Amino acid sequence: MYDYAPGKVDWLARNLPSEGELASRPTAGSFVRRDVATCQLDQPVGPVRERIDETPYGFALVLSPKGVLLGRLRRSALDGDPNAVAESVMEPGPTTVRPDTPAGELAERLRKKDLKTAILSDPEGRLLGIVLRRELEADAV
Amino acid sequence: MPTPIEIDRLQELLGGGAQLVDVLPTRVYGEQHLPGAVNIPLTQLDRETTAVLDKRSAVVVYCWDYI
Repeated sequence: MYDYAPGKVDWLARNLPSEGELASRPTAGSFVRRDVATCQLDQPVGPVRERIDETPYGFALVLSPKGVLLGRLRRSALDGDPNAVAESVMEPGPTTVRPDTPAGELAERLRKKDLKTAILSDPEGRLLGIVLRRELEADAV
Repeated sequence: MPTPIEIDRLQELLGGGAQLVDVLPTRVYGEQHLPGAVNIPLTQLDRETTAVLDKRSAVVVYCWDYI
């Protein structure tokens, strides 16, 4: 016999499927988008800037080789030396939310802080994607 | 004593046909549980209630979290 000690909380925080009355409730994970630009710590920001411009977002996310979120690169901070590495200009440790956060609750939190996006990560801090507040709010209408 | 496992081992066991047992109260189980899990609340775990389990397959129990 085995004990999945991290339990249901861990399972749901990985955006894995579930069953039950609340399983169909919209969560942040229902709206995850994976088209955000990413890079690694030692990559020059010049090419990253170009990749950001190909997305609808104003930032890229810096990941470890295992996909753990390390930082955020705002597009507005990348107009300097294109050879500077991501680590030197990133904002370390951006706030993330778990994908099982109810969509309406997250929309309200983002609205109160006047934020347009949220970053989703799993219990190991690996990037799952981002969600847009407008998409959460549109679903709530 | 059950062997503690994490998500990777759980996925392996489920791939091999392991049975999942949610030991949370029935109301909580009804709200949301892992796919395919059966509910045997912790307070009701005994020889009779676990008779529904296939003794030839691995059994994985889970609760809410580590606590």
